[in-house]
Amino acid sequence: MYEGAVQELIDELGRLPGVGPKSAQRIAFHLLAADQADVQRLVDALHHVKERVSFCQTCGNIAESEQCRICTDPKRDASVLCVVEEPKDVVAIERTREFRGRYHVLGGSINPIEGVGPEDLRIRELLGRLSDGSILEVILATDPNLEGEATATYLARTISPLGVSVSRLASGLPVGGDLEYADEVTLGRAFEGRRRIESG
Amino acid sequence: MLRTQKLGEADRIITILTRRNGRIRAVARGVRKTSSRIGARLEPFNHVDVQLYEGKSLDNVSQVETIDPIGGKIAGDYAKWTAGTVMLETAERLTSEEREPTVQQYALLVSGLRSMAGDEHAPTLILDAYLLRSLAVAGFSPSFDECARCGQPGPHKAFNIQAGGMMCPGCRPPGSAAPSPMTVALLGALLSGDWDTADQAAQRERTEASGLVAAFLQWHIERGLRSLPLVDRTWTNHAHVQNL
Ligand SMILES: [Zn+2]
Ligand SMILES: [Zn+2]
Repeated sequence: MYEGAVQELIDELGRLPGVGPKSAQRIAFHLLAADQADVQRLVDALHHVKERVSFCQTCGNIAESEQCRICTDPKRDASVLCVVEEPKDVVAIERTREFRGRYHVLGGSINPIEGVGPEDLRIRELLGRLSDGSILEVILATDPNLEGEATATYLARTISPLGVSVSRLASGLPVGGDLEYADEVTLGRAFEGRRRIESG
Repeated sequence: MLRTQKLGEADRIITILTRRNGRIRAVARGVRKTSSRIGARLEPFNHVDVQLYEGKSLDNVSQVETIDPIGGKIAGDYAKWTAGTVMLETAERLTSEEREPTVQQYALLVSGLRSMAGDEHAPTLILDAYLLRSLAVAGFSPSFDECARCGQPGPHKAFNIQAGGMMCPGCRPPGSAAPSPMTVALLGALLSGDWDTADQAAQRERTEASGLVAAFLQWHIERGLRSLPLVDRTWTNHAHVQNL
């Protein structure tokens, strides 16, 4: 244990994902030794991200105003929607440059054992967006693991009766992983080879 | 494989049920990277052969071989997946991390999930049969024939969850449920594995039986199950409406 302020910082850092007690301590002492200006930039960045960034009211992606850049970009194809679990999946798909439509971020996957059901995700918002008939195709790009697969199954079953074409990213993606870790080439190919899900 | 949870950047904590060593939690490193070969094998429902080596607090996974990739067969059907998840959560709650053999719970779960993946019966029937039998193995065997208190041979009319099943007129506490005799017959068939009878049960009885099994389960398992309210019963509800 250290003196008040230092220990406080170590505790806060230790609550970040992927930061263990050892790393928290190392980062804390790095900051302690760093220039005032360097630390101030970090403080400002943290402030700004909480002040300026929120979630797009349309798609749920990260946005600096009410709507995100992709939803307000007139060059994006408004008739195709790609459904992903998290904002970081949008980043991964954007890197492939294969997709020119818009997104819908669910905020996770259905996970009954953790108590997460369809009601806890942005599925009602998705159905709302599909109700006016302007979206013709939905591509389901949930994670290539079991919860992602089951979530896609649920969505396909719910969306298909609306007369919207539904497809799932091709199975070139290795099963069991997170979408964000797929490399651009594999993910791009998965888009090319997406398969149509027949309603039924 | 009962459960996986994200750990750090690319790892997972897995929970498995073993035949001889009970329920075990272990760390699988790097499996969320899409280049990982064992990640796909370490998905819930899968029947696997796992090698562990001792770690600091939790064991680490070193090797995984697939015996039966049940997860992939279940995740494509929402009703099966949600019903199967309740089986996984129940198995987790009815077993311990004490490194004791769990031969019966293990066998019940594997055969139940195989039956689900193989479309042998309706998902909710397989689920209810599994729940009744795993509770029985855990020492909470319900009685669907003789009186749960005095043993007087049935059939009886009253069902009382707290008392453990059917009750004769002399023992019956006030406020007991009075399920239809057909439902009681279905519950008995599910517990004993009489599938010829169970498969022929009408939707009305199946729905009533599911309600009683759920109540019985919640009575014996503290804090209830998170996955149970999320079971997809739309198909059954739909059929139920048509029957009316
Ligand atoms: Zn947006
Ligand atoms: Zn009695």
